[in-house]
Amino acid sequence: MSNFTARLWRLFKPSRRWVIAVPLLWLTLFFLLPFGIVLKISLSQAAISVPPYSAIVDYANETLNIVVTFGNYLFLATDTLYVSAYWGSVKIALLATVLCLLLGYPMAYAMARAPAHWQLVLLLLVMLPSWTSFLIRVYAWMGILSNNGLINNTLIWAGLIDSPIRMLNTNFAVILGIVYAYLPFMVLPLYANLTRLDMSLLEAASDLGSRKLNTLITVTLPLSKGGIIAGSMLVFIPAVGEFVIPELLGGPNTVMIGKILWAEFFHNRDWPVASALAMVMLAILIVPIALFHRYQSRELEE
Amino acid sequence: MRKTSFSGVMLVAGLLFLYLPMVVLIVYSFNSSRLVTVWAGFSGRWYFELLRDGQILAAVWTSLRIAFFSATMAVCLGTLAAFVMVRFDRFRGKTALSSMVTAPLVMPEVITGLSLLLLFVHMAQLIGWPEDRGMITIWIAHTTFCSAYVAVVVASRLREVDLSIEEAAMDLGARPLRTFFQITLPVIAPALAAGWLLAFTLSLDDLVIASFVSGPGATTLPMVVFSSVRMGVSPKINALATLIILTVSLATFFAWYLMRRSEARRRQAMWQDVTAGR
Repeated sequence: MSNFTARLWRLFKPSRRWVIAVPLLWLTLFFLLPFGIVLKISLSQAAISVPPYSAIVDYANETLNIVVTFGNYLFLATDTLYVSAYWGSVKIALLATVLCLLLGYPMAYAMARAPAHWQLVLLLLVMLPSWTSFLIRVYAWMGILSNNGLINNTLIWAGLIDSPIRMLNTNFAVILGIVYAYLPFMVLPLYANLTRLDMSLLEAASDLGSRKLNTLITVTLPLSKGGIIAGSMLVFIPAVGEFVIPELLGGPNTVMIGKILWAEFFHNRDWPVASALAMVMLAILIVPIALFHRYQSRELEE
Repeated sequence: MRKTSFSGVMLVAGLLFLYLPMVVLIVYSFNSSRLVTVWAGFSGRWYFELLRDGQILAAVWTSLRIAFFSATMAVCLGTLAAFVMVRFDRFRGKTALSSMVTAPLVMPEVITGLSLLLLFVHMAQLIGWPEDRGMITIWIAHTTFCSAYVAVVVASRLREVDLSIEEAAMDLGARPLRTFFQITLPVIAPALAAGWLLAFTLSLDDLVIASFVSGPGATTLPMVVFSSVRMGVSPKINALATLIILTVSLATFFAWYLMRRSEARRRQAMWQDVTAGR
């Protein structure tokens, strides 16, 4: 065996380095490094030029000028629009995540308990919508919720209401949209976790006289903690920065940070403020991302 | 008669919730009225109008090309990353690599898009490349976030692979590279295919990141759909949606059929082994 490992090491040594270097370099260059640049731009000033910001480090007339502005961050902290947008995003994302969990957990539970030959079919059925098109699935709700949409038309036709209920362009529509679009990502990790659940523990609990609800709370839920965290983070983190759903289903009262960032960048062309918005969003999300990473790396490396 | 459980009811309700809006989309794509919400009779006219829309067709072609090349590159990178994470012992940078693989899975798209755009602008200033943003920059952006998904899919398969076959091959004198191509690759091939398909659909579907890093030259399908949908509901988009849903459903059904057949074959082989008294 030692001969084998020695040979393996000798043969792998030069190539091993390459196998590590290629993905590491690519991801460092195109994922990690860009955050440094966003940080840098967030400390510069907006300018009417191409690209639309002032240089931080400038060397002219044998003088090195370094101009760092914290003005963008100060601006975010003092303008109530941005503060309320962050708060609004977190609130909407949190509510949507809880609703997703309340709907997704029983679904995953039923899937894990279904007969073996049904499980693959059910899993494919849950995942299939997420493979179609996010944009089009959000768009589907526009036709259903609008004032002359399916629900309002049906209710008026049935004589239950006289004038349409306003549903599209409200926060309700945004939350519904997030739950709808992200439900598969909640169910998938929960299902993966619950299928590995040792059924004999549940039987033991029931043999010892535990009621169903009691078993659920004291045995099943704690054992599926990993799946709950992973699923919740997969919904919550992207939902905080969501742009498409508040843009299409939200109204003027929906202030979410993804929408504001988009507007600052594409409409105001204020790259430094957009960068500062992104950095603050990242700071808010760093704890949830770390939580997700801890769960995910346990899954990957075990 | 089985007792209906609460979770079973929720599963059916959840599936209805997932599929009813898509059914509504499909039904109204056959509506002859321009008003999407009023039913005026069966018609296939929106499909003809869709096929005559040069802008949409050009965007479909652009998106398909980007998705094909992004998925292919993402499978290469993601497989390498998965291999490193699952098979290699601790080394400096391993934690960094695994963080950079899991973070893109949840990173809000506006942050990824903005940061990549700023990188490309900087690179253009420093080294003069990329001169114009377009398909190349979208390809890089999509490859980056898709390779994270591929890495997760491939890594979970790699963990299940029996190491002893590879060790046996190498004991018999096969070089690591040959062992990889003749033993490991065939075993993880289904995961590579699944990862490729996932990356392909993710790339086809992306609006936000592509909007940031694209230039005037490259308009992808989601960008065209988004600018049309922003104006309100349009039956042509319903027809497009129906075609997308149909394609994905057929592909999924085909994949399910293949999986079921290979499972049945495996069971049959096992049964033959047992009856042969082995």
